[in-house]
Amino acid sequence: MPLVLTEEQSMLRDSARGLISDKAPVSHLRSLRDSKDETGFSRDLWKAFAELGFSGLLVPENFGGSGLGYVEAGVVMEEIGRTLMPSPFLSTAVLAASALARGGSDAQKSAHLPDIADGSLLAALAIDEGAKHRPLQTNLQVARSGNGFKLNGAKALVVDGHTADLLIVAGRTGGAAGERNGLTLFLVDPKAKGVAIERTVMVDAHNAARIEFANVEVDADHVLGEVDQGGTLLGGVLNIGRGAVASELVGLSEEVFGRTVSYLKERKQFGKLIGEFQALQHRAAQLYIDIEITRAAVLKALQTLDGDFDHAGAAVSVAKARAGTTATLAVQEGVQMHGGMGMTDQFDIGFFMKRARVCQELFGDSNYHADQLARMKGY
Amino acid sequence: MSDLENFRRETRAWLEANCPPEMRRPMTSESDTYWGGRNAKFASEPQRVWFERMRDKGWTVPDWPKEYGGGGLAPAEHKVLREEMAAMGARSPLSSFGIWMLGPALLKYGTEAQKKEHLPKIAAGLIRWCQGYSEPNAGSDLASLQTRAESDGDDYIINGQKIWTSYANYADWIFCLVRTDPTAKKHDGISFILFDMASKGVSTKPILLISGYSPFCETFFDNVRVPKSHVVGQVNRGWDVAKYLLQHERAMISGTGERGIGRPLGQVAADSVGSDDSGRLDDAMLRSQVAAFDIDEAAFAAVAERAIDLAKAGQSHPAFSSAMKYYGTELNKRRHEILMSAGGIDALEWESERSRGGARPRAWLRTKANSIEGGTSEVMLGIVAKRILDLPGA
Repeated sequence: MPLVLTEEQSMLRDSARGLISDKAPVSHLRSLRDSKDETGFSRDLWKAFAELGFSGLLVPENFGGSGLGYVEAGVVMEEIGRTLMPSPFLSTAVLAASALARGGSDAQKSAHLPDIADGSLLAALAIDEGAKHRPLQTNLQVARSGNGFKLNGAKALVVDGHTADLLIVAGRTGGAAGERNGLTLFLVDPKAKGVAIERTVMVDAHNAARIEFANVEVDADHVLGEVDQGGTLLGGVLNIGRGAVASELVGLSEEVFGRTVSYLKERKQFGKLIGEFQALQHRAAQLYIDIEITRAAVLKALQTLDGDFDHAGAAVSVAKARAGTTATLAVQEGVQMHGGMGMTDQFDIGFFMKRARVCQELFGDSNYHADQLARMKGY
Repeated sequence: MSDLENFRRETRAWLEANCPPEMRRPMTSESDTYWGGRNAKFASEPQRVWFERMRDKGWTVPDWPKEYGGGGLAPAEHKVLREEMAAMGARSPLSSFGIWMLGPALLKYGTEAQKKEHLPKIAAGLIRWCQGYSEPNAGSDLASLQTRAESDGDDYIINGQKIWTSYANYADWIFCLVRTDPTAKKHDGISFILFDMASKGVSTKPILLISGYSPFCETFFDNVRVPKSHVVGQVNRGWDVAKYLLQHERAMISGTGERGIGRPLGQVAADSVGSDDSGRLDDAMLRSQVAAFDIDEAAFAAVAERAIDLAKAGQSHPAFSSAMKYYGTELNKRRHEILMSAGGIDALEWESERSRGGARPRAWLRTKANSIEGGTSEVMLGIVAKRILDLPGA
C-alpha cells in the first residue's frame, strides 16, 4: 500500500481541518482554561463531531458507526493536534470504541457502541497506576465476590475520566505485577458505589482524573474479553492509542514548526530577518526533516495496525518514540526561536509545549518505546 | 486477484527460481559488488549467473523503457520487485553510476541517438561510468569549476583537473562538467559532456584515504579531443543537467542509511558485549544507543518508501532528495560509530585475518565521506532551508 493518504482520507482530513480550525482554534482551549470550565471541552463541538461521523469512526457499521480504520482515526487526531482541541475523541471514539469493538460481547457492543457513535456516551480507559506508563505492572486488586468481582486500587492519568459515563478499567485477577497473564478489563459504572473521581487540572489544560476504587462491585457480565487474558486485548488497544497520540504529535509538531518558520521570516534583528542567519536555517531544516521522517513512520504504524494488527508492535513503538522526540524538539526550538515572546502566556506556543509533554507520557514515552523495541528485537 | 498481486506472485516465483542462494546472503566484501565494464570480472559463478539472468529480464534497470534495455516496469511494479528482492535478501545484480546517475539524466536530457548509444550498454553492464564533477577549487561551490572545453571545429579540446572521481581508474567513460563559456556567469557557462576514458590525454591517479583504500582519483585532462555531439542537453546549460543528476546521486547516497549490514545491530553488539540473564545487552548505555538508532533507521526506511510514493503521486518536492541525503548519511555514520563502540578493542585491528583485514574500522572511516560527497550535510541543510522552507537570503 502506498505510504500516502488516499483521496478519501485526504477528504476526511480536509473536513476535520475545516471544522476544527473554524470552531476550535487554540483560543478555544485558552478560554476553557481561563474560565476554569467544569467540563473542559465543548459538548456542542462533540455533537458536531458526532454529526460528521467522527465519534463513530471506528465503530463497526452494524453498530451505527462508519467502520473506518486507524489511518482515518490518525487523520482526525493530527488535526486535533494542530489546534490542541480538547475533545473526547481519543478517550471515547478511539480507545473505548476499539476496546469494545475488539473485545466486547455482542451484548456489550449493542449496549455501548451505538451510543458512542451518536455521541451520547463518553467513556474513559483507566490503566496507569504509577508515575510512568507500565501496563504490565497493573496492580489494581480484583477479588471474586459472589457472582462477580470486587475492585480495590487507584488509577491515574485517566483521560477524560471526570466526564466519563463508562470506565474501562484494567485490574489484576491473577499473576504477579509485571506479568501479562492475570490481567482483566472491566466495564465499570463511574457512579457505582466505591468509585471516587478526582478531576486533575493538568499542565496542558486538557482533561484527566485520578480514580480510586474501594470495594467496587462489578458483575461477571461486565468483564470485557476473558478473565485473566485481558493482556492481549489491552496491548492491542494501547497500540491503537499510541498510534493516535503519535498522530496528534505529528500535527502538533507541524503546527509549531509552521508558526516558527513564519516568525523567522518576519522578525528582524541586527537589521536582518532572523531567518537569514545560518545558525537558525540549519536548525529549522533539521527539524523539518525530522518531522517528515516522523510523519512517514507514524503513517507506516497506522497502516500496519489496519493491515497486520498482531504484528504492528514494532512499527507502533518506532512511531510513538519518534513522535515524542520530534515534538519535544519542535516545541523547544519553537520557544527558543520565538525568543522572549515564546515564554509569554499570551503567545500560543507554550500551549504546544505543555501538550507535547503530556503526549510524551501517554501510553509510554520515547524511552519506554525504545526499550520495547529492543526487547522485540532481542537485545 | 489484481494485476499487481499477480505480478507479485510471478515475481516472487521467478526470483525464487532464479536467484542463486549465494546471492541472497549479505555482502561482506567489496568484490561482492559487481560493477560491470570492459574489464569486469565476476567474483564467482553465482554472481555471473544472477547478473545475466537479471540482465536478460531487463531488471538491472527495471523501470527503464524496454527499448533501452530496461524492464519497462510501472512504478508500482518496480516497488513490488524491490520489496520482493528485499524480502529474500537478494543482492543488486549490477551496481553502476550509469544506472544511478547518468541514466536518469540521459532519459530526461539526452538526444534519441545518445539514449540508443549509451543506455543499453549501461543496462547490460558493458560500460562502466565515472562522474567528473568536483575540482580542487570547486567542492561545495561546484559551479565555480574551471576545467575548460575550447571549440575546435566539430570538437572540443578539454583541459583541466577533476578530483574525488569515484573509481575513475576502473571507468570506461566519464560524464563530465566543463566550462564552455568562460565569460558567462558561473552557472551559465557550463556544459555536460560524455567521453571515453581511453581518449588520448586522460590520466588518473588514485588518492589514498584514511580507510587505507583508494575509491577516489584525481583525473587529469591534457588536450582531450571530444566531438561536440557528446554534449548532453544544450551547450552552456549543463548546470540544469548537473542539478538534476545530483538529485539522483543524493537519493543514491541517502540509501546508505537504509542498507542493512545483514545482521541486526543489536545482535552484532551482543556478540561483543554479551547479554544479561534476561537477554538484554550487557551495556545499558550501548543498548539505548542501538535502540535509538533502530528507531531512526526504521523511520528513515518509512520516509524513503514514502518519498517514492509521493513522487509517483506527483506530490514530492524536487529538493527533498537533499533532506534524504542529509539524514541517510548522518544515520550511516551513526551506525558505524555504534559498530566501533560495540566492537571495542576487537574493532581496532587493521590487518589481521581475524579482523578480515580491518574491515570494520575501514568501513567506519569510509562512512565519514558520506556527509561530504555529493554535497556536504551543511550544503544539504542550506538547500532545504532555501528551496523547501523558503527562508530568506540563503
